[in-house]
Amino acid sequence: MAAMTPTPTRNTVEALEAAAAGKPAGAPARSPRPSRPRPRVWRGAVLLLAGAYFLVPLVASFVFTVHVPGQGITFAAYTELLAADGFTESLLLSLGLAAATIALSLLLAVPALIGVRIGSPRLRPVVEVMCMLPLVVPPIALVTGITTVLRWGPEHLSRTPLYQTFLAVQDERFPVVLVLAYTVLALPFVYRSLDAGLRAVDVPTLVEAARSCGASWPYVVLRVLLPNLRASLAGAAFLTLALVLGEFTIASLLGFRPFAVWIVSISGAQARMSVAVSILSLLITWLLLLVLSRAGTTPTAATGVAPTSRKES
Amino acid sequence: MSATSTTPHQGTAGGTRRRRRGPRTWLATLPLLVFTGLCFGIPLGAIAFGAVTTTDPARGTTALTGEHLARSLQGPYLDSLVGSVRLSALTALLGGVLGVLIAQAVVTSRSTALRSATLTASGVLANFGGVPLAFAFIATAGISGVVTQLADLGGLGWNLYSFTGLSVVYLYFLTPLMVLVIAPALDGLRPQWREAAENSGATGRQFWRHVGLPVLAPSLLGGFVLLFGTAFAAHATAAALVGGSVPLVTLKIADALAGNVLTGQENVALALGLDMILIAGLVMAVYLPLQRRSARWLR
Repeated sequence: MAAMTPTPTRNTVEALEAAAAGKPAGAPARSPRPSRPRPRVWRGAVLLLAGAYFLVPLVASFVFTVHVPGQGITFAAYTELLAADGFTESLLLSLGLAAATIALSLLLAVPALIGVRIGSPRLRPVVEVMCMLPLVVPPIALVTGITTVLRWGPEHLSRTPLYQTFLAVQDERFPVVLVLAYTVLALPFVYRSLDAGLRAVDVPTLVEAARSCGASWPYVVLRVLLPNLRASLAGAAFLTLALVLGEFTIASLLGFRPFAVWIVSISGAQARMSVAVSILSLLITWLLLLVLSRAGTTPTAATGVAPTSRKES
Repeated sequence: MSATSTTPHQGTAGGTRRRRRGPRTWLATLPLLVFTGLCFGIPLGAIAFGAVTTTDPARGTTALTGEHLARSLQGPYLDSLVGSVRLSALTALLGGVLGVLIAQAVVTSRSTALRSATLTASGVLANFGGVPLAFAFIATAGISGVVTQLADLGGLGWNLYSFTGLSVVYLYFLTPLMVLVIAPALDGLRPQWREAAENSGATGRQFWRHVGLPVLAPSLLGGFVLLFGTAFAAHATAAALVGGSVPLVTLKIADALAGNVLTGQENVALALGLDMILIAGLVMAVYLPLQRRSARWLR
């Protein structure tokens, strides 16, 4: 988004600042050489206050984890983490769920979006609406529907083979039902990321060219289209990973214990460790985002990341 | 479905590639449509169905009723809906204003380092909702939190586990979200428009009234609505933070689902879910056209 935006001239800057500060923009903007100090002070104050508000909880949490009243500084909250009961299991479960969700959502969305681009433009609104609809349904509402459906299993289907399916998707070790629910939640973000990527590529031309050169369809998709979409695929995967790792509502209400649920469950007995894990999860998210933006996908990441938060907060 | 997919003979089309491709591309969308139909449509249908029907446990008959929806709009349930709307509106408004101020400060400073740092940080912090955020704030401003003890916030009447406390926590991810949403719009106010207005003799105030604000308005309103929807749907932060001390509709639904209330309340939970979907749907119905409208100017 930064690429196509012009740098504002000084006059605009002045006027914008004046307007944002709630003052009439006339006086400073009319003079061709406006005085410099006032906006600087204003901008500095805003950034300073914002910086303080956003940094204090991070710093304070860190202090909280390493400073034990009466004992001084200790890093026990971090070092004991690996040995903590349930840490590895819940983390592995979350990572497994994330991998399955990423694979499923990409397998569903990539062919559909490419298909819509090259051959079925009339289906495009249908696909878009289908992918964006989950945004309208808060996770907590979705989970009420899922529990209702899952209850049908024992109530109505206990004599049919479908019942086994209902049991299988609720397996404690790998709850497939969570993968399905997460895929639904992830679809809007996967769709946006992939759609942005496809928009930047002239898909029909690429396909025509490749086909004219005798490439088979699988070759066209795997070796021509997907490499062009690498950035948006990475973006979609990252968003999904962040979504699944942080997801609490659905998992906890369905009674499973992936990472976020585990953090809450230990918070009573081991407050320090739960805060330590929270800080670590922020750092990991930050790191992933940096890696992603280094890969040259900042626009995708920045615009795509924004709406994620509504999923799990 | 589409015209291309109805082509009868693939082989006889005589090399017009589009005809041969038709059915295949249509098939490519099928898994996605089937999946959303099953995994999203069925739960959604179950919500709608359960919210408006009641089942007699003795006879197993199901009848249409408005009772659950009516109950979801009464007493403690209504309080929780109102509480959620109040909290969301307040935090969306505050977060919106703060977000605009920060985005403005970043956009007008011509330091690209500051700009990219802020935008990256906003991207991360906007995602820093949920459980980790709640714990960070408990460690900071909870009863035995670091800042609470340093600054003796408890003596000042501060309570994190209250409406005010929850608002402060929500602002932590709503404000960065607003920065992300509004920064491109502020960027998109072209200097040329300003110059054109000045050359036509407009004062700064006139420029803002007739050009600046109308162009920004969809983005501002859209940002507010998005923040509202985000705060409204938020559950994990509140669940980990306040438990039940602040009435919120998400917490009420979770309570009802966990069976902490009388039996037969599942349907009220479904009705509450339906209420939420209606409100969130309304929010999106406002947001998406606004976003499209602002995109027209800010390209």
